[in-house]
Amino acid sequence: MAAGAGWRMGAGERGRRGAETLFRGLLFCVLGCGFCWGNSVERKIYIPLNKTAPCVRLLNATHQIGCQSSMNGDTGVIHVVEKAQDLKWVLTDGPHPPYMVLLDGELFTRELMLQLKGSSRISGLAVAISKPSPAQGFSPGLKCPNDGFGVYSNDYGPQYAHCNWTAWNPLGNGLAYEDFNFPIFLLEDANETQVIKQCYQDHNLPQNGSVPEYPLCAMQLFAHMHAVTNTVTCMRRSSLQTAFSLNPEEVCDALSDYNVWSTLKPINTSSKINPLDEVIIVATRIDSHSFFWNVAPGAESAVASFVTHLAAAEALHKVPDVQMLPRNIMFTFFQGETFDYIGSSRMVYDMKMDKFPIRLDNIHSFLELSQVALRNSSVLWVHTDPVSRRNDSIQPQVETLVEALINSSVGANVTLQEVGQSQPLPPSSFQRFLRAKSIPGVVLADHRTSFQNRYYQSMYDTAENILMKYPEGLSPEETLDYVTDTAKSLAEVATVVARALYQLAGGTGNTSAIQADPRTVSRMLYGFLIKTNNSWFQSIIKQDLKGLLGDELPQHYIAVTTLVNTTQLVQYVLANLTGTVVNFTKEECLNPEKTPNPEKEMYVYTWVQGSRDPNSTSRVPFCVQSTVHLTKAASPAFELKQWGSTEYSTWTESRWKDIRARIFLIASKELESTLEAIAEADI
Amino acid sequence: MTLAVFFGCSFIAFGPALGLCLFSVVREPLRVIILVAGAFFWLVSLLLSSLVWFIAVKASDPGDEPLQKGLLIFGVLFSVLLQEAFRFLYYKLLRKAIEGLVALSEDGCSPISIQQMAYAGLGFGLMSGAFSMINLLADALGPGTVGIHGDSQLYFLTSAFMTMVMIFLHTFWGILFFHGCETQRWWEMVAVIFTHLIVSGLGSRVRQAPSQDPEGPSGALSLSCSLPALPALWCCQLGPTVAFSAISFLFSVIGGPPFVPAGGRCPGAPAARE
Repeated sequence: MAAGAGWRMGAGERGRRGAETLFRGLLFCVLGCGFCWGNSVERKIYIPLNKTAPCVRLLNATHQIGCQSSMNGDTGVIHVVEKAQDLKWVLTDGPHPPYMVLLDGELFTRELMLQLKGSSRISGLAVAISKPSPAQGFSPGLKCPNDGFGVYSNDYGPQYAHCNWTAWNPLGNGLAYEDFNFPIFLLEDANETQVIKQCYQDHNLPQNGSVPEYPLCAMQLFAHMHAVTNTVTCMRRSSLQTAFSLNPEEVCDALSDYNVWSTLKPINTSSKINPLDEVIIVATRIDSHSFFWNVAPGAESAVASFVTHLAAAEALHKVPDVQMLPRNIMFTFFQGETFDYIGSSRMVYDMKMDKFPIRLDNIHSFLELSQVALRNSSVLWVHTDPVSRRNDSIQPQVETLVEALINSSVGANVTLQEVGQSQPLPPSSFQRFLRAKSIPGVVLADHRTSFQNRYYQSMYDTAENILMKYPEGLSPEETLDYVTDTAKSLAEVATVVARALYQLAGGTGNTSAIQADPRTVSRMLYGFLIKTNNSWFQSIIKQDLKGLLGDELPQHYIAVTTLVNTTQLVQYVLANLTGTVVNFTKEECLNPEKTPNPEKEMYVYTWVQGSRDPNSTSRVPFCVQSTVHLTKAASPAFELKQWGSTEYSTWTESRWKDIRARIFLIASKELESTLEAIAEADI
Repeated sequence: MTLAVFFGCSFIAFGPALGLCLFSVVREPLRVIILVAGAFFWLVSLLLSSLVWFIAVKASDPGDEPLQKGLLIFGVLFSVLLQEAFRFLYYKLLRKAIEGLVALSEDGCSPISIQQMAYAGLGFGLMSGAFSMINLLADALGPGTVGIHGDSQLYFLTSAFMTMVMIFLHTFWGILFFHGCETQRWWEMVAVIFTHLIVSGLGSRVRQAPSQDPEGPSGALSLSCSLPALPALWCCQLGPTVAFSAISFLFSVIGGPPFVPAGGRCPGAPAARE
């Protein structure tokens, strides 16, 4: 029965294959359904909130700060709190806890947040950004920024330590340094806030004093953070993972980036400079922070300062005889100063360990530009360190420094005034240098005692905070070129700084020709505060970096990825303003070591894409020769593996998988039980 | 909406059909094979029809709303016709299989009659139900329920009932169709195709335009997944579907009893064709 046997096998074979294929089909079906994101049923249920910023967890040697959500998000019934009385519903009266509070920006204060923190009826918070900014000021930073990491301690000027003399940031409520166990999101788009409020009004408002009925409008926030406790714990766990696991799951990353520096006269970076050479260091910070992740407009706290610094560098480079000056000038832009002086502590460490071309002994003097944009009646205050001035060799040098500054301000609309001799330095990178060696230096600021900035390190420290006003109806190109009053004021400060630096570096010529260009200042302010994707920035960057420029508001947070946009843009702007155009081809520019010329080792060559011809669509690229370098700005604590260090910054940022927010309706428990009953009956 | 809704809806949708399976199919291996192969045939027909629809959508202009609507209607039509074509193909395959089974059997009788092979319809129904319900069930596991855009709260419940009815409809259509093919009564086959078209037409009034769906398979899924709002749902879809189901049930009962015990004399008329 060969034929029969063959047939039997055939039928069985077909049956088995049919079952196999069906199994695959079912798998495809399940997988296919699993990939139905954004399918029409999901769109019927959820409204995703796209323009949000989360609050993430940051850790240092001893604490964790920020917010945390549950692994699968936190859900709660929405309640809109527009005045303080509304909070009572959330904390005590409401019958459907836990609640997800939608808070008006004006009410985002320490008192309210501490009330929410202590309650178990809150599953999360969404803050609607307040436009215009709160009139009374808002700063989630500390009253005493970077306390314990500056120069003043129990050993050095104990009467100045811990802001005993003056609280620099009196409006600081320290919210950003609290630890919350529920997620907090910022709603940046007023339209989305309106959608949420509409959903709340349709479903969650009590009708005629009675309890609101199901279905209720709810919100779910996902922001689960992987790191806990402090940097020591999370770095230990991460290093164990990296050492022993095939697929390491690191839980946190150190905050790190790069410092940008450039010298007036080119130096050979592969070796150390002559020990007798003297360098004047000019410094500013280029980063900021706020309560929410990657929201750091930092207009007054960082941008205005480094823009002034860049303008001063440009003005100095235009002077014909700078290459013959006896002393060199180093323009330094420190990244990470907001987080216990990451950049400056690393540079001082590198200088001490001889890893930097310039040593601490080469430093002749130090000039720092702190917050300079909100000058009151054109006064610029000169801060010095009272403790180091007691030294007989430092005091005359400081006086020379101050005198040079005051001389340079003659004729400019800037009045330089010294603060009281017994007043300490404000939080500044100069303090880290003083920790290592007594150097004569000054810090220029627009405030005498406490900050003029009422939105220090907050999301409201924007262009409006430094009074940048543009007339209506300008196109983006016209806005780029329009010179605001703020720009003019900052250009004057830059002029004073440039003239003083020329004098300090030993220049003997007439300084009245040294002028900072207000138009450049204005373009930089536009590029760093309003829109980075403008024609000027496009013409000065490399060709393959188009992702660098965006259309949304620029943020200046150090982050954990290397080379954030701000650092790169500062690098390219500095190269453009202080460098020279050289007639090299693309190959020569990209590979300068191929053409033998000893001078080439002192310069850095960048092939930039150039500006677009108005008639054509192509750009004319060219080669820029400059002395702009990048050095790593990562805290020495991570190099030395001293994760619990109190000497260096130990800030890390937690890792996370999924951060998103959405709103939807939730049904009552009764409906679910009805469903179960019907199902039982069916079966 | 958590596990309660998930289990509730899945038991409502698949409970009766699985009960039917349990009592009548699971004991007989041949019926199991026919059921599973039937499900596979439905799957292949859906794959082919969604491929055609996907190509049509990608080749057309996504901004043209009336064209997209027209394509959707065409897609539904094509899918229904293809499903029925595959049902016919399956019938042909089963006829061949009966001949083979008769050749294998000891008494010249096929252990299974063509009426019982109409369990293929149940296979069709189960697979179609699975496709209708699974992404709904996946979304039912999340914390939210339908309604934020104004749709009815009872969306999941209604979809579950709809799926249950569709499974039974496919079963009865299978019986009627095979009976029509056996006895050369073409009007039965036409009636099946016609009612299938009506029910699918009622079901495919999707809210969003299909151009928003990213891929072909999920696009085809959305064809069978989405349902209109509750009042329209109850009067215009679930109601007529239940009515058709009842009518089909009656016809299939009249047409020929499916539950014929195996063994004994050769069941059903044309057990073996020489």
